[in-house]
Amino acid sequence: MLKLSLSDRMFQIANHLFLALMAVLCILPMVHVLAVSLSSDYATTSYLVKFWPIGWNLDAYKAALESNNFIVAFKVSVLRTVLGTLLTMFLTMLAAYSMSKDDRYFKGRTLYAWFFVFTMLFHGGLIPTYLVVQKSGLTNSIAALILPVAVNVFNVVLMMNFFRGIPKELEEASMIDGAGHFRVLFTIFFPISLPSIATLSLFTMVFHWNSWFDGMIYMNQADQFPLATFLQALIAGFDYTKIGLNPSDLEQLSERSLKSALMFIGIFPILLVYPFLQKYFVKGMTLGSVKE
Amino acid sequence: MKTLNLRKTWPLHVFLLPSVLLLILFNYIPMVGFMIGFEDFKPWLGIFKSPFVGLKHFKFMFHDPVALQVIWNTLLIAVLKIIAGSIAPFAFALLLNEVRMMLFKRTVQSLVYLPHFINWVILGGILTDILSTNGLINQFLGWLGVNNVDFLQSGNWFRATLIISDVWKEFGFGTILYLAAMAGINPNMYEAADIDGANNFQKAIYMTIPAVIPIAIVLVTLSLGNILNAGFDQVFNMYNPLVYPKGDIIDTYVYRVGLQQGSFSLATAVGFFKSVIGFILIATTYRLAAKYANYRIF
Repeated sequence: MLKLSLSDRMFQIANHLFLALMAVLCILPMVHVLAVSLSSDYATTSYLVKFWPIGWNLDAYKAALESNNFIVAFKVSVLRTVLGTLLTMFLTMLAAYSMSKDDRYFKGRTLYAWFFVFTMLFHGGLIPTYLVVQKSGLTNSIAALILPVAVNVFNVVLMMNFFRGIPKELEEASMIDGAGHFRVLFTIFFPISLPSIATLSLFTMVFHWNSWFDGMIYMNQADQFPLATFLQALIAGFDYTKIGLNPSDLEQLSERSLKSALMFIGIFPILLVYPFLQKYFVKGMTLGSVKE
Repeated sequence: MKTLNLRKTWPLHVFLLPSVLLLILFNYIPMVGFMIGFEDFKPWLGIFKSPFVGLKHFKFMFHDPVALQVIWNTLLIAVLKIIAGSIAPFAFALLLNEVRMMLFKRTVQSLVYLPHFINWVILGGILTDILSTNGLINQFLGWLGVNNVDFLQSGNWFRATLIISDVWKEFGFGTILYLAAMAGINPNMYEAADIDGANNFQKAIYMTIPAVIPIAIVLVTLSLGNILNAGFDQVFNMYNPLVYPKGDIIDTYVYRVGLQQGSFSLATAVGFFKSVIGFILIATTYRLAAKYANYRIF
């Protein structure tokens, strides 16, 4: 290791300080929200809270968890995330397995590929898509939040590229032993691809957890909203009745801290899966997206 | 021979069937729905019986000052986001690449990726609070002796707010590919440069940057295909009627005119315009990326 010159050392120090500052700037807003959600009515309405709670209390969280509408929205979100992720991953694996085959062996593969990719290039647009979902009778059911987004072509492409890296001999050997394609996919490809599957599953989960617009246009009753849609409605035009609480019960609670608490609860599940996401997603993202 | 092949590959067709059906229903049928833009659509008559009016809505769109302003806003906001959003992750990855302490590097990375995973509903709520007149940022500016800034109420500030907050949300995530490319550079080259007496600055200029430029070009090229996507989620969750003249973009306009005011035909015409231009741009950028950088989707 060569010795660092003075200017190099100065740069290193300045660089570390700058990077640390940027990192802090990325989380400071969330820290502020957490602090506001834990502060007293007086401290929040007079904008005294910075990054540390003033007049510590959990009333906002208590009020949120006592709200029926909030609990219902949370449940809708969990259900949608679980069902949506399972369906999307199942379809992704089936499609990616087929598409990973050689064109000479699987006639029609190229045609399928174009059929899939074209949907990435050209969109129906909001209004026609909305009308189709309405006409298909999915409105007001959780299927309206899952089926239209069930096929993610980008995921199929990533998964397909991964499948192509699996040695052909594995597949051929088990085919000779009498296994069919379904068996090969789930007893050979599936276990080998767990890291990729985990990456894509986590991304799909985050996608479903964060989606709010479909809930807003396809669900007519507020009690069917997923959490993100529910939060959107609350944040856009704060109305205590929307969360099913009586304003007079909440004299000690400021609108700001209740909003902040709800927002923080909305982030919390992401913070829970984040360490797992982190572990995989760098590999998952670089995989197949840019090729040498 | 052919039947023999089908006997082996029929499960592959079956595997693709559910996806194909879903794509037909939710992607291909809405493409046919573009006919609505060429007719005076009446929901009770349906697509095939509503009166056909040709280019009426397109003519209206190109003569309506509001629609033209919306198209201009979209382009301006998207272009500025592409420029700022391309430079920031590149520069950040270069700086982060200079760090030798792995723990520090990893901590910084984990923290800057985080906002990418939170949706604009929540970030919009957070930013609206922080940027309000009494909010954290204005308190800080007041402490520095600067007067209150109307980040979310005045048009030009609103655009700047959109662009800066978008960069803030995404730059960390954007660094992933660059860092991966930098990690792929052969360390022997750096050692050779060390022996030749190159300093860190020279190594960055002559080795690291040239090595990641190809990826940067691919990413910028591909982002040009998104030039009409100025960020619906973000704008929708941060704007208000005060900043419509400067902040309204095609997607928010289509939502308001179409779903809120019920002018399905006009909104579809605007959406069709957006999809066609988007298609041309994306197809072109994919071709360019394939030709010059060997980028392939399949």
